[in-house]
Amino acid sequence: MFGNYITIPHLLIFVPLIAGLIAFLIKDESKVKAWSLFAAIVTLGVSVAGIYFSKNNDLSGLTFGYEWLKYLGASFAVSLDGVGRILTLLTGLSFPIIFIATNNSSYKNPHLFYGLMLLSLAGLMGVFVATDCLLFYFFWELALIPVYFLCSRWGGEKRIQATFKFFIYTFAGSLLMLIGIIYTYLQTGPTAFAPHSFALSAFQNVLLQPAQQQWLFWLFFVAFAIKMPIFPFHTWQPDTYEQSPTAVTMVLSGIMVKMGLFGVIRWLLPIFPAAVLQYDNIVIGLCVIGIIYASLIAIRQDDLKRLVAYSSIAHIGLMCASLFSAKQLAIEGVMIQMFNHGINIIGLWIVIELIERQLGIRKISQLGGIANKAPILTISLVVIALANIALPLTNSFIGEFLMFAGLYQFNVWYTVVAGISIILAAIYTLNMVQKVFYGEVNTLTVATQEIAFSEKAILAVIIVAIFLVGLFPQPLLQLTNESVAFLLTKLK
Amino acid sequence: MNAIILTAIWGIVMMFGGVFFKSKSTPKYWAIAGLVLVFLSNGYELLNGVPFFEIDVKNMLHFNSFNLTFIAVALFCTLLFFLLNGRDIEKVGENVSEYFALLFFVLCGVAIAASFNSLLTLFLGIEILSIPLYILTGSDKRNLKSNEAALKYFLMGSFSTGIMLMGIAFIYGGNSNGSFLIDNINLGEGVMPPMIAVGLVFLLIAMSFKVSAAPFHFWTPDVYDGAPTVFTSFMATIVKAAGFIAFIRLFDNAFGKTQAQWQTLIVVITAATLLIGNLTAVFQQSVKRMLAYSSIAQAGFMLLAIFALNDYAKEGLILYTAAYSLATIGIFAILIKMSDYTIDGFNGLAKQYPAIAVCATVFLLSLTGIPLTAGFQSKFYMLLAAIKNGQQNWLVIFAVLMAAVSAYYYFKIIQAMFFKEDNQQAGAPAIMVEKLTPAFTYLLYFTALLIVVLGLFPNLLTTWLYY
Repeated sequence: MFGNYITIPHLLIFVPLIAGLIAFLIKDESKVKAWSLFAAIVTLGVSVAGIYFSKNNDLSGLTFGYEWLKYLGASFAVSLDGVGRILTLLTGLSFPIIFIATNNSSYKNPHLFYGLMLLSLAGLMGVFVATDCLLFYFFWELALIPVYFLCSRWGGEKRIQATFKFFIYTFAGSLLMLIGIIYTYLQTGPTAFAPHSFALSAFQNVLLQPAQQQWLFWLFFVAFAIKMPIFPFHTWQPDTYEQSPTAVTMVLSGIMVKMGLFGVIRWLLPIFPAAVLQYDNIVIGLCVIGIIYASLIAIRQDDLKRLVAYSSIAHIGLMCASLFSAKQLAIEGVMIQMFNHGINIIGLWIVIELIERQLGIRKISQLGGIANKAPILTISLVVIALANIALPLTNSFIGEFLMFAGLYQFNVWYTVVAGISIILAAIYTLNMVQKVFYGEVNTLTVATQEIAFSEKAILAVIIVAIFLVGLFPQPLLQLTNESVAFLLTKLK
Repeated sequence: MNAIILTAIWGIVMMFGGVFFKSKSTPKYWAIAGLVLVFLSNGYELLNGVPFFEIDVKNMLHFNSFNLTFIAVALFCTLLFFLLNGRDIEKVGENVSEYFALLFFVLCGVAIAASFNSLLTLFLGIEILSIPLYILTGSDKRNLKSNEAALKYFLMGSFSTGIMLMGIAFIYGGNSNGSFLIDNINLGEGVMPPMIAVGLVFLLIAMSFKVSAAPFHFWTPDVYDGAPTVFTSFMATIVKAAGFIAFIRLFDNAFGKTQAQWQTLIVVITAATLLIGNLTAVFQQSVKRMLAYSSIAQAGFMLLAIFALNDYAKEGLILYTAAYSLATIGIFAILIKMSDYTIDGFNGLAKQYPAIAVCATVFLLSLTGIPLTAGFQSKFYMLLAAIKNGQQNWLVIFAVLMAAVSAYYYFKIIQAMFFKEDNQQAGAPAIMVEKLTPAFTYLLYFTALLIVVLGLFPNLLTTWLYY
């Protein structure tokens, strides 16, 4: 596309970046909303085009590196591989959904809000397409800054402390990863201009002794584990999700947590295979503890947002455990589940947002009987909730089935313990559905009204996506075939 | 060479000019004109390698692209400082022309300290830059804190100078060449004779004092806090940077080959500086004092260059001094205009002065080391150098954990500016003491832009080292 100079990955970064900068100048609320929605849809179009072009096996058009820091061996190299495609598609799809779903929320200084949202979109896209480690690190940090400002400015009552905790946590993790990056960089071979190289290929081919891999592994893993988050690095997450404005919570939980998984897939597994095979039991152990721990806490939550936050920790934990099992089925499951989890959790947040906007509360104990007042909202929620507990026909079933099957090949006991989480998920999800939507209408929920058309439409999109992937998962699975095969050769 | 001679001459011009200048604002323009002249002539020397003045210095001064680049950075930052803070210098007291003269003498010292090739010129450089600073610290004559700071600075400074002289004497006595020249002191890789070792430790202590490294940092918060804020800005940036350049040149050229024998000392000093600087900064309420501790913390990071002593370290140190000076000068320039120096004084700044708040955010993000700012690139280079060195990897991990701590106190200001409401009671003082001129605002934009550009393309600066 457009010769060799501007490729699809470039567009994925620069369209939202430039649109975001323009959005800062549009002071009018409805105009800036329309503009950001337009930009997000264009970005979605570009990410779909990325998949379309890659189907022709024409990868040459999707890779291009500009010189950046020539004598350090860093370049502005971006590319789309299988896992990149699936995550850019998820990101591209999520933002229009988020913008439409929150269209009726009004924010103070909307131009700043939407500008920052688009900048975070650019940062996220950058993370998923960068094939230069220094560039990856740039985007990794830059995606955080707009989110920090979004949460601290437009969030709930305790937003400043909660977001700050989040920021310090991730910043510390990132810096540890930076040490790992530099150390690995110094082990890479020379290029034409530089003694070492930051290129992905150089990193993947670097020869590291097992002793070096052992501590480098942890430097990288901590950064990714904080982002995901994996027990015991998860403490920032419920607070941040609860305090953030819902649009940002959707970005955080739907897409940003995937940065951690993506980091593991793109950087951790291929570069430190020996350490991965050595520490797989520890990591999977932590994940399984986290799964059970988060599920149990989710059962006790009274706040809808916190419930979904803990449920997300459990789901992400399962994905991380599956990655480290290094089994083909499990990794295939993770690839598709990353997409599904993003769609489902954004759906859940939309429902919560709709309830909270109407009633101003999100305590499960105070709600009840919404089904009588808003049947369509209820039906949507039930479908999304069923997807959340991975019932057959829904998208999560495919992913979780593959993941459990792969994990089973790795170790039966982990699978058994992690499998309990399916039951726990059913308990907290159905309990929530029951208490919030059924039962008696009380004085607080009596004012509930049916949702507007645009909201119905957006929930319909999510439900269609849930069933579509649930019934025809093959196209999505094919998208990541090469990535899975590549990982497996590295982890032999 | 150009910079040394011209700053000295221009210092004298400013000094005597004080008699003739009628208006209080005249000296500022003369100073800026002079500085531009010095900057250009230094640039000429950097480009062509030939100074205007052919003086036989008996190899006691040495000019190469490293020194000249640093001098260019220092001059540029000073120019920015004059442009941003010229009006504030006028407000310190009556003797405006003399302040500028003293600042020029400091610059002369900076240039000598950056290009010394003999222990004597090192001593001269450090003294020439220190003595005018003692005076500038006490220039707010009616303020007790300023007086106290000046006295404290002078006493501690002369003490450290004494130690430095002692160290020089030991090294002179300890080497058989009977020479002060750095090249002759360079001993090779053998075990250091005891006299040299003692001299080295004394020099290390003296240099640590000058760059306010722990445990020789105690003067810094009081002096920085007590001095008029404009001069704190200058002291904390350009002067400290010059100290570091002298530090790395001394230890690289004279003692580089025996690094293994003294590296542990540097490790201890670096770790202590990082720890004390960052942890103490967390508890400060006054932004000015917090920036004083932050300057100690940043010094800890710069010490990684002395620890590493390789090409990355040198490139990185130049970059670090530039990044740190630009950001600190910028944040001080804003602080000077504030009516309340506490963190709460920044509350609601973004609402009233959004553009200024954005600039301040860029400066603070740069000090924290977030990508896209020069601060990230410089921290990156420091880490690169230290990891390349290969010894003591725990120190690197400790350094980044401390960098995460530093985010805590820098972000407190960002939080105050953006997320907190200003004091809206009737009669509450305005956030800014005066109306900001458009020129000031544009210069702040320019500084912030420069930080971002350097953050994207640090090679714009580092290529000069290989010119």
